[in-house]
Amino acid sequence: MAYRWKNDLSPTDVTPKGLWLNRRQLMAGVGGTAALAMAGGSARAQALEPNTLEQISTYNNYYEFGTGKDDPAAYASALVTDPWAITVDGMVDRPGEYSLADLMSGLTVEERIYRFRCVEAWSMVVPWNGVELADVLDKVGVQSSARYVAFETVVQPENMPGVARQVIPFPYVEGLRLDEARHPLTLLATGIYGQPMPKQNGAPIRVVVPWKYGFKSIKSIVRITLTDTQPPTTWNRLNRREYGFYSNVNPEVDHPRWSQASERRIGGGIFSSRQDTLMFNGYGDQVASLYDGMDLQENY
Amino acid sequence: MDIAQRLNRATRRVPAWPVYLIGAAWAGWLFWLGVSGQLGPEPINALERRYGLVALQVLVAVLAVTPLRVWTGISLIKFRRALGVTAFGFVLAHFLVWAVLDLQSLARIGGEIVKRPYITIGFGAFLMLIPLAITSNNASIRKLGGAAWRRLHKLTYPAVLLGAIHFVWLVKGYPMEPFLYLGAVIFLLALRLVPKRKPVARTAPQATATAR
Ligand code: HEM
Repeated sequence: MAYRWKNDLSPTDVTPKGLWLNRRQLMAGVGGTAALAMAGGSARAQALEPNTLEQISTYNNYYEFGTGKDDPAAYASALVTDPWAITVDGMVDRPGEYSLADLMSGLTVEERIYRFRCVEAWSMVVPWNGVELADVLDKVGVQSSARYVAFETVVQPENMPGVARQVIPFPYVEGLRLDEARHPLTLLATGIYGQPMPKQNGAPIRVVVPWKYGFKSIKSIVRITLTDTQPPTTWNRLNRREYGFYSNVNPEVDHPRWSQASERRIGGGIFSSRQDTLMFNGYGDQVASLYDGMDLQENY
Repeated sequence: MDIAQRLNRATRRVPAWPVYLIGAAWAGWLFWLGVSGQLGPEPINALERRYGLVALQVLVAVLAVTPLRVWTGISLIKFRRALGVTAFGFVLAHFLVWAVLDLQSLARIGGEIVKRPYITIGFGAFLMLIPLAITSNNASIRKLGGAAWRRLHKLTYPAVLLGAIHFVWLVKGYPMEPFLYLGAVIFLLALRLVPKRKPVARTAPQATATAR
């Protein structure tokens, strides 16, 4: 079911800048409460401008193409994304190999403007285009015994110069609890700014979980597995102490090697200031209840 | 005449001061690239890393000077002070980018130095290099006396070693680069434990005291 969630970063934020400024002045005249009403009661309306497509597609972590932030933009063009097949297996009623078109058919692609917070303490605002993961899960029929969803990224060694270097083990794998995966905020995204997903951003289809650190939002998916046990996840396997299974954005739980209390918004230039990191990346009103009664210091 | 002698003769005519100039120009150029948006959309971290990497590279070069002379006879001793001071300049720039542009608050700076081991040892390396930079002049050598000055400047060894460990410690996953630098540093330090061969070619007596 599309449109179950409304952008709290208002859609006016992606209209051309001149127009957007006018809207904002208007809104300022009416007052902040009007802005909140416009956002449909979601957490907060922020007059945040999304990052430019150039910024979003030139500052990436995609270790299959190298560890430098500019490596993915430099090398990802070699990735073959057409044809693309996604294997759906495990505890589902309709397992099989789905073409991208099959998986997406009949679903509404909508725009979601989300904050995106990397575990490395930088952040962006991205206007994604995608479908709710829940809708895709309904399509393949999740069995009642399933508790988790596991994902796997494509490996094309001949097209991915970073794979041979084994800086981390490949294929990259990630996972979510089923209720997290079914949350209306969780997307399978296929585009940015209304354009097909840039390869360095995880073409042709990737997960977006805006309240978790970016590495949970796995790219270029080729497998979706429903299981009843918590699936292994790449960074957690590499270093359990530093990267938990949950990895919810949490300013109070530091990464052992750096603070998570603040972040740098990409795009502010060399004199830009840091900003405070928000609990659940600002999506607490929507997702905090998923973790009721859980110790978030323990389950980082 | 062998290669070492020819090289030594050639470098005898090259003064050391351009090293300072090139270092300063390079640091300024990198800063300009950051300001003008040519270091990507996140120039602060990019600049921080560029300065840190150059600092480590120049420090490795400094450590290589003595083994190079001992094992090949090629003497670059006359450039060593300039290289050392230049390396310190890059460490200082690296530190300032981190403190002023990146963290932006004294509370954060203090917190990170205390809480994060890789910052703690980087900061330790920085502190060790300060007295070395201050005494990198002939007046200090005279004042301290050659022996004491040489002893003081042995601090280079732990400082560079800590710098390299700092690099290994801060990366995510297992990239090769930091381990190559750490390996090079350990190798260059270990060479100093190997019994010395007689220098193949002696250069004119040095005006400055030299720490091995
Ligand atoms: C001898 C002293 C030092 C050396 C040789 C050194 C060297 C390096 C190197 C090689 C890097 C990585 C560059 C890259 O990724 O290409 C680095 C990164 C870094 N260094 Fe240093 N450093 C030193 C001292 C310091 C000090 C004093 C601080 C702060 C107190 C510091 C903070 C950092 C930070 C924050 C990073 C970047 C981490 C990141 O991007 O996540 N370093 N340094």
